Amino acid sequence: MAEGLNAEIRSAPHVRAARSVEQIMRNVVLSLAPICVFYIVQYGLSAAASLLVVTASCLGAERLFVRAGGQAGDLRDFSATITGLLLALTLPPGFPLWMGAVAGFSAIGLGKALFGGIGCNVFNPALVGRAFVQAAFPVAIATYTPSFLPGRFTEFIPSSLAMPLMSPVEPGNWLAAMHLDALTGATPLALWKFEGTVASAWDLLTSASGHMAVGPSPALVLACGAYLAARRFMDWRIPAAVLGASGLTASALYALDPLHYPDPFFMLFSGGLMLGAVYMASDMATSPVTPRGMWIYGGAIGLLTVVIRYYAGLPEGVMYAILIGNAATPLIERYTQPTPYGVGAPRRARRAASYALHPRYISREDDVAGKGGRRKR
Amino acid sequence: MKLLSYFRGETFARGIHPAAHKEMASRPIRRLSFAPRLVVPLSQHIGKPSKPLVRAGEEVVRGQPIAEADGWLSVPQHAPATGVVEAIELRPSARGPWMQSIVLRVHEGSGQEVLWRNPRDPDALAPAELVAAIRDTGMVGLGGAAFPSHAKLAVPKGATVQALVVNGCECEPYLTCDHRLMVERAADLIAGTRTAMRACGAPLAVIGVEDNKPDAAEAIRAVLPDDGSIAVEQVPTKYPQGSEKMLIIALFGVEVPSGALPISLGLVVNNVGTLVALGRLLPAGEGLIERVVTVAGAGVERPGNYLVPLGTPLAFVLECAGARGCVCELVLGGPMMGQAVASLDAPVTKGVSGVLVLRAEDLASGRRRVYPCIKCGECVESCPMGLNPSALGMLAARREYKRMASEFHLGDCFECGCCSYACPSGIPLVQSFRVAKQVLRERATA
Repeated sequence: MAEGLNAEIRSAPHVRAARSVEQIMRNVVLSLAPICVFYIVQYGLSAAASLLVVTASCLGAERLFVRAGGQAGDLRDFSATITGLLLALTLPPGFPLWMGAVAGFSAIGLGKALFGGIGCNVFNPALVGRAFVQAAFPVAIATYTPSFLPGRFTEFIPSSLAMPLMSPVEPGNWLAAMHLDALTGATPLALWKFEGTVASAWDLLTSASGHMAVGPSPALVLACGAYLAARRFMDWRIPAAVLGASGLTASALYALDPLHYPDPFFMLFSGGLMLGAVYMASDMATSPVTPRGMWIYGGAIGLLTVVIRYYAGLPEGVMYAILIGNAATPLIERYTQPTPYGVGAPRRARRAASYALHPRYISREDDVAGKGGRRKR
Repeated sequence: MKLLSYFRGETFARGIHPAAHKEMASRPIRRLSFAPRLVVPLSQHIGKPSKPLVRAGEEVVRGQPIAEADGWLSVPQHAPATGVVEAIELRPSARGPWMQSIVLRVHEGSGQEVLWRNPRDPDALAPAELVAAIRDTGMVGLGGAAFPSHAKLAVPKGATVQALVVNGCECEPYLTCDHRLMVERAADLIAGTRTAMRACGAPLAVIGVEDNKPDAAEAIRAVLPDDGSIAVEQVPTKYPQGSEKMLIIALFGVEVPSGALPISLGLVVNNVGTLVALGRLLPAGEGLIERVVTVAGAGVERPGNYLVPLGTPLAFVLECAGARGCVCELVLGGPMMGQAVASLDAPVTKGVSGVLVLRAEDLASGRRRVYPCIKCGECVESCPMGLNPSALGMLAARREYKRMASEFHLGDCFECGCCSYACPSGIPLVQSFRVAKQVLRERATA
């Protein structure tokens, strides 16, 4: 048998957890599927086309840059798919498809490949893509159409099919031709910001009511996020911190002046906060790895979102809040490094130890730490 | 369960739960026959190699000292079988480099009886004499570190020992040799514990057993002395519970200060295997000539816990256990911290607790493509020492070794392998830390 030995020499550990990058990313894509389906039900053909085109553009860009730049990763790791789906979900459903392709390409090109590919990016690629098209096509990205329009499965929103490099037609006439009552092409946030109307809680939570320009239901996003967190494919602390901080800030402001500020429920369940908190702020590569850092990072994003929404000229602030949070990540990590075992003030297990050491020895521990007298082994 | 113990703070924070593979826990210890040739390396322990006492051509009997300790941090070696010293020469070792070893040709009629002994009564010896007697047995830590036992039990001046911690965690997957020893030889364990307590002056001994071995805890409880000086505690099953620092926090709720030894808290930690051997060898006056080794993995037909004469070549062990087909990896020790070996000529030494013959099915997830760090934080969530392996790994990739040590506590890493195990990108984190430490050590001496 000795002749049959054909052993490999590898360094310990010789066993590995089953979890892989592909598995994490695949599960994120899976958890996004119900959200995408809901989005298509809401907006029909245009939404489906937007999801497809943006994702295809991301995948194309990923392949191009991985080949050209010799970067790690490939299409099979699903990371570009996530970027594409998330980016499409943040764009208006009637966003011209050619602009969507531009968004997808810039998301991967500027947001990821430029920094060195998977894991190296500083900013969330989907948000970089969105920021790019927000600057490039400010009108198109602010043009929302109502959800649950009749005929959405047979007919594109006309702006979707704008020719490349052409400005889309205004959907106003198209919508007027439908003769719908109580029609609004503005998002609840824009309505609140510019007209002072607050949407009803149930509508916000489920996005189920028609004639409202909203994204996927926050309740659904939360449920999908809960799945990811339960299976530990996402760190629950970041969404918790984002939502907690924005909820608290909004509550405090609402308590100060309920006439001027909307209630915290509106804050939490309108706009892209839920999607941003669950899927974008929690992006692994661009958020801190340190547990304390996660709370600070999430808290900062939550606070900034409220501040931008209330005090800046924009109706929505999640994107910029997360991008600022991404930029601050290295700094946050630097100041939130975990304290190793046996370093700093002695910590004791919460349980009273079965065999409490004589106090004298505990105090000796203090001495050793206090004098900085680290003994060499 | 897991969550509960976390909130109750019953043991250390973080850590991992690898697949246990403790199937061999029910297999009684069986004796392995003598290989035709035994190779006894002069350095089977941490410290200076022993000095040979025999010459080529000399006849030795089983149990006879064949090498003496060279200095304080060194131990003697004993002949594992009756035979002729064939040569004292360089032989391949498990770690790789060839080492000075005594090669013994075993007499065909060599029996199991130990023919050379120096019986003593441990109760009649003063602590200092006891330490010397322990040294004469050639005893080292059988948990894997192979640190000379007498040096551990000799308490430095000015220190008082509060308690002897007996490590029966055996948290490494596959390994079951300590488990079997606790079940089968509990009385020896108690005897060895008493001896060690007397040697280091500990008024109390606590045996920590992971709660996946209730039969072991039960077996020990049945033979505990009435005076209450020895206690058995079950600790949560979690890797690396068997690290002394992790066991101390589970039993006593205190952390060993960074860079200090457990003795700074008045604690001395010993492995159960060591104390079982001590409990039998010292009264009989024999040397350490055999140890229990778990042979396991999909690559062997007759896995089990074998009592193996020290110096038995791995090829012989595998032949007895029936290694089959293409072996993927041969590991000495556990799969988390054990060492892969290339040569079947390497012998079983005092520190070898397991021989794992792993095949592709054992390693299915061990080989896959390496991604860049995606900063998922799995390693941070698994490091029992509370380090940031992610940051350390990125610094190691840039060869910023100095910063790793000065800012990120590289020196506190004891290479348990949790970070590499958990990393979904398949980055060999702990290996890069080993390299970093080695480079820093070399720079320090240069």
